[in-house]
This record gives sequence, C-alpha cells and structure tokens, in this order.
Amino acid sequence: QKVSVEVLDHLEHLALVDFRDSEGVERLQKAIEFADQLHEVNTDGVEPLDSVLEDRCLYLREDDVTEGNCTKELLENAREKVEEYFVAPPGNIPLPKLEERDTFLQGS
Amino acid sequence: MAARGCGGAWRRGWQRGRALSGPAPGPFPRGRRAVACNARGGAVPAGKSGLASWVPVVGLEIHAQISSNSKLFSGSQVQFAAPPNSLVSFFDASLPGTLPVLNRRCVEAAVMTGLALNCSINKKSLFDRKHYFYADLPAGYQITQQRVPLAVNGSLSYSLCTGNKMSQMVKKTVRIKQIQLEQDSGKSLHDDTRSQTLVDLNRAGVGLMEVVMEPDMCCGDEAAAAVRELQLILQTLGSSQAVMAEGQLRVDANVSVHHPGEPYGVRTEVKNINSIRFLAKAVDYEIQRQIEELENGGTILNETRAFDSKLGCTVPMRDKEGKQDYRFMPEPNLPPLILYDAKSLPANMNHQQVINIDWIHERLPDLPSVKREKLVEQYGILPEHSFALLNEDGLAEFYENVLKQTRMKPKRVIGWVLNDLLSYLKQHSLTVKESPVSSFLLADLLNLLEKKEISSTAAKQVLAELWKGEGKTPLEIVKEQKLQLLQDQKELEQICQAVIDRQENE
Repeated sequence: QKVSVEVLDHLEHLALVDFRDSEGVERLQKAIEFADQLHEVNTDGVEPLDSVLEDRCLYLREDDVTEGNCTKELLENAREKVEEYFVAPPGNIPLPKLEERDTFLQGS
Repeated sequence: MAARGCGGAWRRGWQRGRALSGPAPGPFPRGRRAVACNARGGAVPAGKSGLASWVPVVGLEIHAQISSNSKLFSGSQVQFAAPPNSLVSFFDASLPGTLPVLNRRCVEAAVMTGLALNCSINKKSLFDRKHYFYADLPAGYQITQQRVPLAVNGSLSYSLCTGNKMSQMVKKTVRIKQIQLEQDSGKSLHDDTRSQTLVDLNRAGVGLMEVVMEPDMCCGDEAAAAVRELQLILQTLGSSQAVMAEGQLRVDANVSVHHPGEPYGVRTEVKNINSIRFLAKAVDYEIQRQIEELENGGTILNETRAFDSKLGCTVPMRDKEGKQDYRFMPEPNLPPLILYDAKSLPANMNHQQVINIDWIHERLPDLPSVKREKLVEQYGILPEHSFALLNEDGLAEFYENVLKQTRMKPKRVIGWVLNDLLSYLKQHSLTVKESPVSSFLLADLLNLLEKKEISSTAAKQVLAELWKGEGKTPLEIVKEQKLQLLQDQKELEQICQAVIDRQENE
C-alpha cells in the first residue's frame, strides 16, 4: 500500500518535515517497507527491544549543583534576544493547510 | 429527590414545575454551586428541562515540582526566582551532544510519594519522549514516563466538611492511576505589544511528579479537598513544597457530565488554575457550562479551556486547538530504571547506585491522616479539630507547645487555639509563624484562667490586648486593667455589704 496524502500532510504538520518531491516520498515508502519485514517474525509473548542498553545500569547522579551560570554563552546562539531572554514568535505558527501551501503533495 | 449536600452547598435537587420553596426555576445563575451529591457520591442536580439529572465526572492531573537542589537530568540549580537563563546547562538548552543523567533524589521523591499514596512501585520503569513544538521546550520533546511509569494503582483518602455548620466530616477516596517522573518546560512571557514571546529556560528540566487521579470526583469541593490533602502529604514527605502560588503544584481538571446509566460524556480539560479555591470554582463553572450547553441542545467539544479567575469562567485556549499527536517513542539515551527492595537487593553493587524501596518505606514520616488520628487519640479532641489543626501550617505544633506549658485540659485549650487564635490570624492574614501571640504567652494566659485568677471574659480581654504585641505579659495586663477575680472572702463580703447598704439608702 502507498502512504496516503493525508498521512504525508499530517507528518509534515507534526514533524515539520518537507517531502519536497517524489523522491522524498519514495524514500519514506521504502523505509516503511523495510520495517514491515518485522511482521514476518512471530513475536508473540516477546517483549520488544527498544535499546541495546536495556541491560545496562541506569546511572544515578547525586543531587548536587554542578552546572549553570553560562547565560552569556547560551545567548550567543540566539538570533534575537531581549535583555537575557530568548525571543520567539508569539505562538506556534501552524503550517498552512494542504490547499494553501506550496507543496509537492498538492499534486498527488 | 433527596440529595445530600456536596460540600454543604445544596440540600436537594430541584425540578421545574413542582412547587418548591426554593430558588425560582430557570438556568442556574453563574457561579452558584448547583450540584448536590447523592448518598453514593454521584451528583444529581436536576436540569431545567425537568426530570433528567446529570452526573458530573471530575478527574485531575497534578504536576508537583520535586523539591531538589538540581534538575531531573542535569546539574543546574532549581530555584524559583533567578536572573533569566542563569540556571540553565547546555543539556537544558538542548544543545547537540548533551545527554540526560538521572538525579537520584528525584527518584527517591517519587518513590516516597508513590508509597504514601498506597501505590505499587514498578521495579522497572521506562522513559519516553513526548514530542510537540513550543518555544519553551528547546528539545522539541519532553522526557516523561508514558509506557511504564514509576508507580501505579494507588489511592488518596480525604475528608469533606458537610452538614449544616460544616462540622460533619465525610471520608472520601480517589484512586491514583499513576505517578510518573517528567521534565518541566521553560517559561514563556508573552509580549503582545511587540508580538513576541520571551523565553526563560531556568525552569526547563526541573523534575516533576505527575500524579494522575481517576475521575472519581463529582464537584469542585471534592477536587479541592483531594488536592489539599495531596498538598499536605507532599509537604509532610518533603518530596515537593507544593506551593501553588509559586507554580510548584499545578492542577489540570478533566470535566464531563452524563445522564445516570449512560456512558461518560465528552470531557474538556481545564488549565490555568492558580489556587485551590479557584480549582473548586473552575470545576463547578465547567460542570454548569456543560449542563447548560447540553440542555440547550448543544454539544461539548473535546477541547482545552483556560480558567479566567477574574471573570470566574472557562474560555477556550487558542494555542491548543485540535487533537495533539505526541508521537511517543522510547528515550534511547536512558536504560530502564530499576528499583530494589530488601529481597532483590544486589550484593555487589555500589550502594549509591541502588534505590531500596523498603528502606524508603521504613523512613516515611507520619502522614497527615495518621497525625490527625494521633491528636484525637492523645488529646481527646474531635476529628474536625485535628483536621483544622493540620490544615494551617504550624498550628498543630503551636497547640502542642501550649499544652506543654499549661495544665489546662487539651479539650479546653483547643477552643482557644481554633476559635480565638486562628480567627484572629485569619482576620489579619497572618501565618502561625507571624503570630504576635506566641504559644508561651497563650499558655501563660490560660494558666491564669485555669487557676481561676481571671474569668473567661477577662481572658478574652487580655488576649485582645496581647494581640497588640506590645510585649506585656498577661499578668501585667490583668493588673493594669484590674481584671483579677476576687477570691478573698472578706473583701467580697465588704463589697456585697456596700451594695446592699446603697440599696437600702435609695
């Protein structure tokens, strides 16, 4: 099955990715097909593995103050700042709807 | 239909068309609590359309900031007021190449809280990423525990004051679905004039415990009482200071209504509730709004609403339109969190790396409910009294300090502490710590009363003088105002004789 335009549009909204052209969509399609191979294995009663670290010990840090106080360094990365605050747009600017944006997906 | 007051508000549901000596039928006035709870705890207000009744359902999601020196996954300091972006590490700012390192104290705080709320502690819990875009979430995701949280299936018991004089205490229970560890976000300051948002990441990454309460509550009073009890428990444990005004305790309410016997209605989420008092108002308003909307033939949207404390109503929140898809995924940089107990304790592990649930359990302090019972048992006071003592910070200690310094019976002292002292403090918005009358002074005064050197009325007069905080002792005031009770037989005879003589002469 092909990935529908609705799903692609949804992904563009959620992840702010840009599928740009048919190659981008094709790449996604191939990635899904690759992952679908998992269905060939019977995993009944088997806990999924989400990390090869799962048997490692999760290191616990003591509750001491060891970092911070680097305002100047952090603000060096900011395009805009006001006093010592980062500046951001007034709210989330949602991606325009499919019909209203200039995207390859429109033609699909 | 008979309905017991929920929080003492209304005594009966009312129905249109029946002759009742109550308020006139019609839409409920805004802000008035028009919800009553029946014997089973489900609220049954009648609607204006007649016999149909409504069952409100209230669930809560509470975020409590963990009381710790440093953040959940980094070594930056946790502090309320500080210069913007001064308590921020490279990890908190989400700079590439940084990794989360779990703070042991935060885990202990969550375990303590889970145990205090009768939860099962998951010996293995997992961390996940919850993705959404917002300026105060620099990573674009929050590290939380969505699949397997630290604690599940607990309960919280709380008391509700009901009855004519709010003197009867009804015990209620709410189930705790889970408790999980998660990161706090930074703070956004909206500057509408310049159409921009200023972001301060000092709070980003601070440890939070999210406590999810099942929808077992039915009105504002129940929600408020449950949160108050949770607040007291957290403060007793020390796992959170839980001061709502400083954002250390945040409550979101999930509210819906349905007809008895029918499935649950669509729920709305109410945010921006800044105090326990506003929580009760917000919940009751939202219940009312939903009932009115549905009775007028409208529908309830599954939306997020904000509580406007000035107007006393809820309004839709702009930025949260539409259902969010958080695309949860396991946090790849953190292995599972393993907790141990006495049985499973590994032999050869560095004990700094081991968290023993049993060890923590043994060291839990007395919870408020236990303290209340002990006060009742030890001093013979009423449950309402011990409830009031624990409800005010420092009052229980004050009471016990007075008792240590006086021979007056505890049952008599309690009246002075709860009626005279507490009402004065409330009138002048003072905390127990700020009281101009110390436990020493009060005990001194009560001793005079106990020894019958002054009357009860005189004692009240002396107390009024003591409030001025001029440094006088009760005895000095008694002498100044000549309030001593005369005990001398001869002197009394002389006075009586003088009165009789005067009468004869008139």
